[in-house]
Amino acid sequence: MASKLEIKEDKMLEVQFVGDDDVLNHILDREGGAKLKKERAQLLVNTKKIIKKPEYDFDLEEDDQEVLKDRNYVEVLGRDIQESLKNGSATDGESKVYSFQNRKHSEKMAKLASELAKTPRKSDSVSLKNDPEIMINIPQSSKEHSASDRVELKNEKSELQSITPCSLRKRLIVSRSHSDSESEYSASNSEDGEGIAQEYEEDTSTVVLSQKMDTQNRVVSAPDCKETPSKKIKRDKRSKLVEEYFEAHSSSKVLTSDRTLQKLRRAKLDQQTLHNLLSTVSPSFSSELKQLNQQYEKLFHKWMLQLRLGFNIVLYGLGSKRDLLERFRTSMLQDSTHVVINGFFPGISVKSVLNSITEEVLDYMGTFQSVLDQLEWIINKFKEDSSLELFLLIHNLDSQMLRGDKSQQIIGQLSSLHNIYLIASIDHLNAPLMWDHAKQSLYNWLWYETTTYSPYTEETSYENSLLVKQSGSLPLSSLTHVLRSLTPNARGIFRLLLKYQLDNQDNPSYIGLSFQDFYQQCREAFLVNSDLTLRAQLTEFRDHKLIRTKKGTDGVEYLSIPVDNKTLTDFLEKEEEEEA
Amino acid sequence: MATSSVSKGCFVFKPNCKKRRISVPVENYFNKGGNASEDSKLRFETYQLIWQQMKSETERLQDELNKNLFDNLIDFLCKSYCGVQKNSRDLGCQIKLREIPTAALILGVNVTDHDLTLRSLIEALRDNVTPYVVSLQAKDGPDMKHFLQKLFSQLVDCYTVVKSKEKESVQVTQKKTYCSMDSLCSWYKTVTQKRDPEMPRKKRTATSQWQYPPVVLVLKDMESFTTRVLQDFIVISSQHLHEFPLILIFGIATSPIIIHRLLPHAVSSLLCIELFQSLSCKEHLTTVLDKLLLTTQFPFKISEKVLQVLTNIFLYHDFSIQNFIKGLQLSLLEHFFSQPLSVLCCNLPEAKRRIHFLSVNQCENIRRLPSFRRYVDNQASEKQVALLTNERFLKIRELYCMCLEKNIWDSEEYASALQLLRMLAKDELMTILQNCINIFKSSEKYLGSTAKRIEEFLAQFQSLDADAREEEDASGSEPRGLQKTDLYHLQKSLLEMKELRTRSKKQSKFEILREKVVNFIDCLVREYLPPPETQPLHEALYFSAAQTLREHLNAAPRIALHTALNNPYYYLKNEALKSEEGCIPNTAPDICIAYKLHLECGRLINLVDWSEAFATVVTAAEKMDANSTISEEMNEIIHARFIRAVSELELLGFIKPTKRKTDHVARLTWGGC
Repeated sequence: MASKLEIKEDKMLEVQFVGDDDVLNHILDREGGAKLKKERAQLLVNTKKIIKKPEYDFDLEEDDQEVLKDRNYVEVLGRDIQESLKNGSATDGESKVYSFQNRKHSEKMAKLASELAKTPRKSDSVSLKNDPEIMINIPQSSKEHSASDRVELKNEKSELQSITPCSLRKRLIVSRSHSDSESEYSASNSEDGEGIAQEYEEDTSTVVLSQKMDTQNRVVSAPDCKETPSKKIKRDKRSKLVEEYFEAHSSSKVLTSDRTLQKLRRAKLDQQTLHNLLSTVSPSFSSELKQLNQQYEKLFHKWMLQLRLGFNIVLYGLGSKRDLLERFRTSMLQDSTHVVINGFFPGISVKSVLNSITEEVLDYMGTFQSVLDQLEWIINKFKEDSSLELFLLIHNLDSQMLRGDKSQQIIGQLSSLHNIYLIASIDHLNAPLMWDHAKQSLYNWLWYETTTYSPYTEETSYENSLLVKQSGSLPLSSLTHVLRSLTPNARGIFRLLLKYQLDNQDNPSYIGLSFQDFYQQCREAFLVNSDLTLRAQLTEFRDHKLIRTKKGTDGVEYLSIPVDNKTLTDFLEKEEEEEA
Repeated sequence: MATSSVSKGCFVFKPNCKKRRISVPVENYFNKGGNASEDSKLRFETYQLIWQQMKSETERLQDELNKNLFDNLIDFLCKSYCGVQKNSRDLGCQIKLREIPTAALILGVNVTDHDLTLRSLIEALRDNVTPYVVSLQAKDGPDMKHFLQKLFSQLVDCYTVVKSKEKESVQVTQKKTYCSMDSLCSWYKTVTQKRDPEMPRKKRTATSQWQYPPVVLVLKDMESFTTRVLQDFIVISSQHLHEFPLILIFGIATSPIIIHRLLPHAVSSLLCIELFQSLSCKEHLTTVLDKLLLTTQFPFKISEKVLQVLTNIFLYHDFSIQNFIKGLQLSLLEHFFSQPLSVLCCNLPEAKRRIHFLSVNQCENIRRLPSFRRYVDNQASEKQVALLTNERFLKIRELYCMCLEKNIWDSEEYASALQLLRMLAKDELMTILQNCINIFKSSEKYLGSTAKRIEEFLAQFQSLDADAREEEDASGSEPRGLQKTDLYHLQKSLLEMKELRTRSKKQSKFEILREKVVNFIDCLVREYLPPPETQPLHEALYFSAAQTLREHLNAAPRIALHTALNNPYYYLKNEALKSEEGCIPNTAPDICIAYKLHLECGRLINLVDWSEAFATVVTAAEKMDANSTISEEMNEIIHARFIRAVSELELLGFIKPTKRKTDHVARLTWGGC
């Protein structure tokens, strides 16, 4: 009120700050409230108003409008379904991407698997899936069929059903009919694969059963439940989200089975065998994939144009984009200087990127104090000479080695130069989080979705993959080579340390051999005569990265060999063989 | 492949030396990609031209908008510095001397635009106040040492720039030496003394009006500086102020309170702070829109949806004018790249000229336009034939479209505007009407008569004013040129409405008249402001591919990934992959199956279970009857495929190895650990 009076006095025109809530309230009153009140939580009511265009709709627009009215914050910003038939970003995204996970039980995966195994015969399963009636009928029928201790679980499941109806509906049918065998299954799954087989057998029979049930249900149930208002579900979902989150995170108990790969006959494969095995598999959907790729190749000229006009291009989407970029390189960049950077290469660093620019592109052999100096030098060079042009192709800009803040800053600064053109690919789910506003404006990205479904062969080959056995052939051969060039005494010293380490391999608190003890042992073996000679020898080892020193809590130096024990055993065996 | 190796990750390719200098001109890419037609060269040139014009216009606007702020700032600097100089000999002012003149510049949250503003500010300062202007960023000064070093080296740079105009100066090689405030002071002393006798007085310009020009230090992102460094620096330099006249400028993105949060009272009392507020980015945007899109100066227009996408990105993502301009540039480029008729998107006389040279092909293009088709459908049948066949006729229509452009302002917010008008108090209404008259008069050709009518209304109001004395309480923000402002600034109009709602005064005579006026305006708007989409041939000028724009500027990689994994049919249009939502067929790509299975798990996933589930699905897909025995080799291959799928999911960031349980992986998405 006070501010009002003031205005009255001096008649100045003045914009007053009004909170979002006030604005909302205001609109709600004016618009006759009820309609919009539901979505109060969303600030975007006003955007909705922008979209609303009452008088002159013409045919094309009408659908959009309907859709847009319903949308909330994310979508108004993001996308509307109708328009975006080209872009994958728009489809069933909202329903699931942003929901929390539910607490799942270990056997669910197996169930889904057996379910999926049956899906291709669509014709018979369609009727089963499309029935909303089942949703209602399940709880009762499950009560009839199952033991009382299962009921609780069922109820929980049917609750979930309202959240993601389609996907769970089908599963429910299966799980209901499973309830009898479930206890048996969970007992067996810690032992062997038998349970699965058993369950699998049962599955086939139960589907028939459930189909029968299904037809019964259909007769009984009323059709009116078909029109569940989608809005209501949406709201339910939101309120449950919080509960679900805490449910998922409440128990620290891990609800997975205890089976390990060791009990399985299948051993770990090494990279080479894996590669060989996979090469025998012929890729499916090759014609469709080809079509996708051709679609992207048509964009090459456009990319070139946009790169030259000051934008940089980033490619995202599922599948390796390496081949695509390689084709882009060979078809468009043959006549211009370009640098290809494999971000997935484990030894890559910004330093090496800058080095290859200064040394190979700009033919400068000097050295730099720091990476930032080098960057400054490059920037000046490119600013001075506008005839210089450089294309940077970065595969996996979001890789482990390049995703750091500093690296991104430096690459961003490079890319902001008007005669450096950057085209990069990202794969990681959270890759865009690397860039804050400042970096984004440096990069000046144009995003292109290129979903290729190609396997990430090259990208994953470097990675210490989960199930791939590390053959260790590389460190072993380098060990032998280095040691062969040493004097017998030096070899003896190394072997001493090696044996000590192997002796202690089961000791969890082992941190290494202290220098003093080591010296003592060496002396006793007549390998050295003073600690200076030993130190000199150790320096040589260290230069070859054969040993590592660590200061213990007591300030004493501890020595260890940074190679895994298995390789060391192999090495020792080999040595002994040779000597024999 | 030439670009894979186990020993290096960077590969440099250089073309042959002969070829090297011949770089392909940009327009070649324009011509080759997309819609190649005979006029693509012309189109590209037009694009270049319009973009250049728009760009220089925005730069000019920027300067104009900042001018006021800069003037004030420079004024402040001069004044505070003069004050210090005058009193420097006066003992009584010693206390005041301890205070460093400081300008806190509130720049708003659009951090990316700060650089531009500050850069022009520094330039302005160099021209008007002092040659010694230094700007530091938070990353330049992690500690006092680096901070001073950077400050010193930049000062020396400033100095050499000044000197180089006069003569080649001795290279200062103090770069690596440790520098303290003392060395800074002594440097300053030598510089100012050296320079004094060298320069004759008459030569001095405004840049060096003082014998001891102040040193201005701009701290770009004040919030991110280490507080320790800031505090120390301020305390120390306040001690040296009499020999090293320093002036600080803080660039602040949040609010002025931050100064007090970063600096304790003991430190902040050493500063003599004055606040400066830069223009809010919303107002900035308004001006940009006014001058770039809502004028007849540029023929290029964007449709309501595109505008919405751009403003949404602005309002909900970054508040960055630069990004907005980038969006405009992209839409301009897309327009010229994909729309063959965009060749006509140029100023009126030029368009007329080009129309005369339209080829048969281009006319065909026009005929294909949906808007043209609609237009034709609405005409009488005999006319239809003529339109479709006679090219000359076609060209005339083109002009008509051009003329109409002048009055088309997107008016989707029309309804609320009208409502607003109904609520207006008298005095406001009168100013608005006055404004309307001015606008209409400027476009006399078309709307001369309406201006007259409005004048009549205005006269009536004035007579009304004589007997009725309305309360003119609480006036809202000024809705000048109503049609213009509230089109895109809903929020602004909301504010106004808020203001207006507080009043509900009964005004009988006045209300009747007001109703009349409103109705009149309503008719007027309906007549002259139809949405551009209803106009024939709007495609030539209006860019409407909002979806493409959003795709490229505001992409959602997560959702794309999710879709690709969840619904492969979306990309691979193979009937075998068709399924309803939530399910995928077992023939889907391996990674999709593995992904789908992993969704069923909690925070940890047992690899054995996963692998077996995967095998179940895949074998079912390979062989129709699952009971038959599967060869060992087959098993191996399936296992290998599983390994590949899992490591791909790891690369994509869905899972990671964990040591909490043997042979388990942790889920990373949606609340996983």
